[in-house]
Amino acid sequence: MSYILTLLAKRLAISALLLLAVSALIFAGTEILPGDVAQSVLGQSATPEALANLRRDMGLDEPALSRYFGWLGGIVQGDLGTALTNGTDIADAIGKRLYNTVFLASTAAVVAVPLAISLGLLAVLYKNRWPDKLISGTTLAFISLPEFFIGYLLIYFVAVQLGWFPSVATVYDSMTFAERLNAVALPAATLTLVVLAHMMRMTRAAILNVMQSAYIETAELKGLSAFRIVAKHALPNAIAPIVNVVMLNLAYLVVGVVVVEVIFVYPGMGQYLVDHVSKRDVPVVQACGLIFATFYIGLNMIADIISIVANPRIRHPR
Amino acid sequence: MASNTNSTDVSKGATGTAGPLLHIRNLQLSATVYPDDAKPHTVTIVDDVSFTLARGQVLGLIGESGAGKSTIGLAAMAYGRGGVHISGGEVLLDGVDISGASRRELRKVRGRQVCYVSQSAAAGFNPAHRLIDQVVESTLLNRTATAKEARARAIALFDTLGLPNPQNIGNRYPHQVSGGQLQRVMTAMALCSEPDLIVFDEPTTALDVTTQIEVLAAIKRAIRKTGVAALYISHDLAVVAQVSDEIMVLKNGKTVEHEDTRSIIETPKETYTQDLVNVRSIEHQEKPPADTPLLKVDGITAIYPGTDVAVLSDVSIELSAGQTLAVVGESGSGKSTLARVITGLLPPAKGSLTFNGQALPPELKQRSREELRELQMIYQMADVAMNPRHTVSTIIGRPLTYYFNIRGRERKQRVAELLDAIEMGEGFADRYPAELSGGQKQRVCIARALAAKPSLIICDEVTSALDPLVADGILKLLLELQSRENVAYLFITHDLATVKAIADSIAVMHRGKRVRYGVKSDVLTPPFDDYTQLLLSSVPQMKAGWLDQAIVERGL
Repeated sequence: MSYILTLLAKRLAISALLLLAVSALIFAGTEILPGDVAQSVLGQSATPEALANLRRDMGLDEPALSRYFGWLGGIVQGDLGTALTNGTDIADAIGKRLYNTVFLASTAAVVAVPLAISLGLLAVLYKNRWPDKLISGTTLAFISLPEFFIGYLLIYFVAVQLGWFPSVATVYDSMTFAERLNAVALPAATLTLVVLAHMMRMTRAAILNVMQSAYIETAELKGLSAFRIVAKHALPNAIAPIVNVVMLNLAYLVVGVVVVEVIFVYPGMGQYLVDHVSKRDVPVVQACGLIFATFYIGLNMIADIISIVANPRIRHPR
Repeated sequence: MASNTNSTDVSKGATGTAGPLLHIRNLQLSATVYPDDAKPHTVTIVDDVSFTLARGQVLGLIGESGAGKSTIGLAAMAYGRGGVHISGGEVLLDGVDISGASRRELRKVRGRQVCYVSQSAAAGFNPAHRLIDQVVESTLLNRTATAKEARARAIALFDTLGLPNPQNIGNRYPHQVSGGQLQRVMTAMALCSEPDLIVFDEPTTALDVTTQIEVLAAIKRAIRKTGVAALYISHDLAVVAQVSDEIMVLKNGKTVEHEDTRSIIETPKETYTQDLVNVRSIEHQEKPPADTPLLKVDGITAIYPGTDVAVLSDVSIELSAGQTLAVVGESGSGKSTLARVITGLLPPAKGSLTFNGQALPPELKQRSREELRELQMIYQMADVAMNPRHTVSTIIGRPLTYYFNIRGRERKQRVAELLDAIEMGEGFADRYPAELSGGQKQRVCIARALAAKPSLIICDEVTSALDPLVADGILKLLLELQSRENVAYLFITHDLATVKAIADSIAVMHRGKRVRYGVKSDVLTPPFDDYTQLLLSSVPQMKAGWLDQAIVERGL
């Protein structure tokens, strides 16, 4: 058991280091952009004296390294700094939007992950027959279309023609859970269609790969049904690759929603980020970047941990 | 013979309890092949094979690879690997023809009436589930027993099969159990649903000789105790003879001879059967060691990087020019590690190597090209030891250019000579490895080693993957080349019959130590140490009743 704990501890340490490296990269990245915050606040016509004064006030004249550690120290204590454009506290502004984004992503994930894995299993059971081809064809079609196009298709048919769900995903605090679900139905559906194909095809490929193993022949010669062979004997051995691709897609659901949020005017992280990039609000961009990176690294770490725990050779060493 | 009333038969009614359990009539098996350069076509793999098997009887199927013995065994379950299908004849199981049965009907046959034990239990068990769950799985699905009864039955079978700690071994995962034990657990899995027939497909081929005898004894005891009928498939006639009532010899998918076991091994009628019985009849006159050895391995201790276990401890051997030293032992005895040390792949922790009177640098990259040339190697898996995209002439020609800078016409000439030396001829020069048989591939590897004109060739289990008759041909070739080129062989093997055939001196290895060493006649003459005794007495003998005698002697 201690072996598995060592492995997990190592994996956690790697994630922490990776996150630190990403924070340094984000800081350095915004640092090498031409011009600085003072310049963008005061505009092109600012006098050098005014710029110098503002820089001193904002602490921009200090060395980059000490500013980096100041920034990092603040983040560790939950202080993401203040937005330049309106002077509000970034942590406050992000909090609510992050909740919205995670809510949308979770809704999409709750539908997409079980659906993708079931479709993958179905495709394996009917390999090279029409259900397999239908599943592969449809999911591929959806991944091939740009997400904004799928979004507009859904708005036109489901919202405008059928009138089932609202086309604009407005959410506010006093909404009930059901009302919220109703509001995010279309963006969640769009996201589901976008991530489905990748997960489904990976599930199919991973299971088909395992189906070549000798123990599948053993199962077949034991007189087991096709479904039992796939679900009980193939799937448990295909968990690692499936979990990896699922987590990658979950991360995409959080990080890659920018376009979908803009289409459905959904008040999430994506919109917030886009707004402030165009205004060159560096502290907000840094904070958003760091949060996205945390999700990516965290979800991939979970995938690795599940892969480690799912491996009987590691779970039960000799 | 042993009439066995079986609870699973009740549901099928009195279809044919009086007739044979398995009746295969004019069986023809075919497969569709898809060659690169031709249209897909159907090839017949097994043709016109007929036999009957009574309840409680064991029929041995024997032949070389490609003889169709496994294919016939699987046909008894109406199963075909890689597109093989029953294209003619009947497979009557208990009077019912299953050759055209639907998947649903077959599921009632497989795992219930007929069970299967595969060659590699290590690959045949699902790594994700505990052994006991896999052992009782079909029993539970058949609903012939409750979960509790099935577990009790499995544990009783573990006990019958001589597994250690039968109560708890089922709770382990496949990777936590040794290969020999897994093979026994798989036999328990086949017996657990109380079938009428078990197909044993080379169940002991992948095991060490000392483990093989234990598994064989366990299988034989279980067959006797449960009265199950069996098809026992193997390429090793001596093994089949120990467990079978009758033996059927197959060649190229056709029956050669089908008689009771005693007749097959004592009075074989067909020439092919006689060849199988008399295999390994090579006579080799032992040579006395020379005063100065070609290779001197002195006090070698070897440890793999990152571990602290000595894989070899204090091993010393000497090998004279033009002679053969056989290094014998089971898997994990350190014999292949010794080869890695000599070739410089694993520098030893202690000890020294002397070659041709000069110290041999321990590390590969410190060795000169001349030292590399003098010491060549031939491997067990000839097909993975060659680049599949190179032709035979490129494979053999490369060492000629690398060591002697021979090119063009001269190289072509030399390749032709080498092909001649391995009895293959110039016609093979432009072939790719995939176009060669197993024995031909190994011959090409031998030619590649010879091309460097070495004074020592390390042969690592070079005949283990080959059929007995093909292996015999390779050994004869090696001996002939030795007398012509005066090359020395360090011959690593687990097969004692091979050792007897070709060695001048023998080193017996066990757990990284040299337990017995000397000229062949001394090593193979009693008194033996315990391990050598065990090793020698575990080799199956080509005579009826050898296993029964060994079981009694050892109390297995």
